[in-house]
Amino acid sequence: MSVPRFWRKQIARYNLVGTRCKKCNEYFYPPRNMCPGCRREGEIEDFKFTGKGEVITFTVIHTAAEGFENQTPYVLGIIKLNEGPSLTSQIICEPEEVKIGMKVKPVFRKLGQAGERGMIYYGTKFVPDLC
Amino acid sequence: MSVGIISYGAYVPKYRIKIEDIARVWGDDADILKSGLMVNEKAVPDVDEDAATIAVEAARAAVSRSGIDAQRIGAVYTGSESHPYAVKPTSTIVAEATGTTPVLTAADFEFACKAGTAAVQACMGLVSSGMIDLGMAIGADVSQGAPGDALEYTAAAGGVAYIIGNKESELVAVIEDTYSFTTDTPDFWRREGMPYPEHGGRFTGEPGYFKHVTGAAKGLMDKLGTKPEDYDYAVFHQPNGKFPVRVSKKLGFSREQIEPGLVVPRLGNTYSGSCMMGIAATLDQAKPGDRIFATAFGSGAGGDAFSITVTDRIEEIRNNAATVEELLANPIYIDYARYAKHKGKIKVA
Ligand SMILES: [Zn+2]
Repeated sequence: MSVPRFWRKQIARYNLVGTRCKKCNEYFYPPRNMCPGCRREGEIEDFKFTGKGEVITFTVIHTAAEGFENQTPYVLGIIKLNEGPSLTSQIICEPEEVKIGMKVKPVFRKLGQAGERGMIYYGTKFVPDLC
Repeated sequence: MSVGIISYGAYVPKYRIKIEDIARVWGDDADILKSGLMVNEKAVPDVDEDAATIAVEAARAAVSRSGIDAQRIGAVYTGSESHPYAVKPTSTIVAEATGTTPVLTAADFEFACKAGTAAVQACMGLVSSGMIDLGMAIGADVSQGAPGDALEYTAAAGGVAYIIGNKESELVAVIEDTYSFTTDTPDFWRREGMPYPEHGGRFTGEPGYFKHVTGAAKGLMDKLGTKPEDYDYAVFHQPNGKFPVRVSKKLGFSREQIEPGLVVPRLGNTYSGSCMMGIAATLDQAKPGDRIFATAFGSGAGGDAFSITVTDRIEEIRNNAATVEELLANPIYIDYARYAKHKGKIKVA
């Protein structure tokens, strides 16, 4: 990923900032500038998600993509946030610990890096929410 | 006008490695090491954790514990000896991830293990002078010891954030005064581009740790006219368990006074987070009116001493974030092979 492309999405990735349509109370992550339901009548505003949600589905990755080799095995899942939207993220837990319906909360982690010399990418991942 | 702590937050990765598991790899005697160092296990970061992610988790815990508006924070200073970038501040990452941007000043601090308390002092000055409303000072490290080096048994990961302010109603602890003692002493260093630090060996305890901790601690008590028995608790930098026990005895503090803040046997040395973690663990259980004496030490070398009095407000915010005890409980133990992978000691392709 290019530095400018990551940087534009940085706030959204760091703090789970998406958008919300005030008209129909639909939430969007990643952020949308137009409500697909209300179209031109929609009223979009920024919204910071709490990051609490649950696991919809998951897979355990044993053969990782470039840059993730030393993280295997790791869990990749689809998280449904309490406010509605779903997103794909790494879930940080032992592979035998993850379950569909498991409650999760957000943590701040390294997402990757562009080799030894390049930028380090940070953002949100999820961990089991035990309380 | 008073200045002090309005909130604090700590973070410890959930992985630990036991001294036995490191000793087995190097053929060392674990029992001798454990009783010599007074360390049983140490915290290990996950593969995707570094000083910046740890600083962010501690900072977020501090913000949510007090429930303040993060936009009020006018300075973010992160002290570490393991900043992920050589050039590019950790503090901007923390500021963005805690929602304090863009109207603030930020910088990274470096002074071995006392960079975090140096940041506390800078925030005290800025808040007291009225330049900023609130300041956040963080100590966070993912310290490295070279494989087989004595430091490998203690170098651990963790971080602590303190939010400094001066509104009477917001203070959970008043910092009555601070006093520093600093000289140019080559007891420990790491050159640019080198992965592991070098140190002067065993003999550096006296001219490094003991001289500077004693210098700062005695200096502050002389300045304030206080004695060890005026304090309910005491915290000293914890590179191992032995040094803080010995220096506290030498200064006239009891084992009971240092016990609540002595987190190193189960945590290891979190460097910039070390003394600040001990203060956090003490705040987790101190009562209103209790007095805490603390002295951080950084190789290179210097000591920062603080005299702190806990206020009534501690009871209101204490349970809004994880306590140090909660962070130390229920760790996941890993063996040396997994530890090496976590610490990047194994390079994969
Ligand atoms: Zn709508």
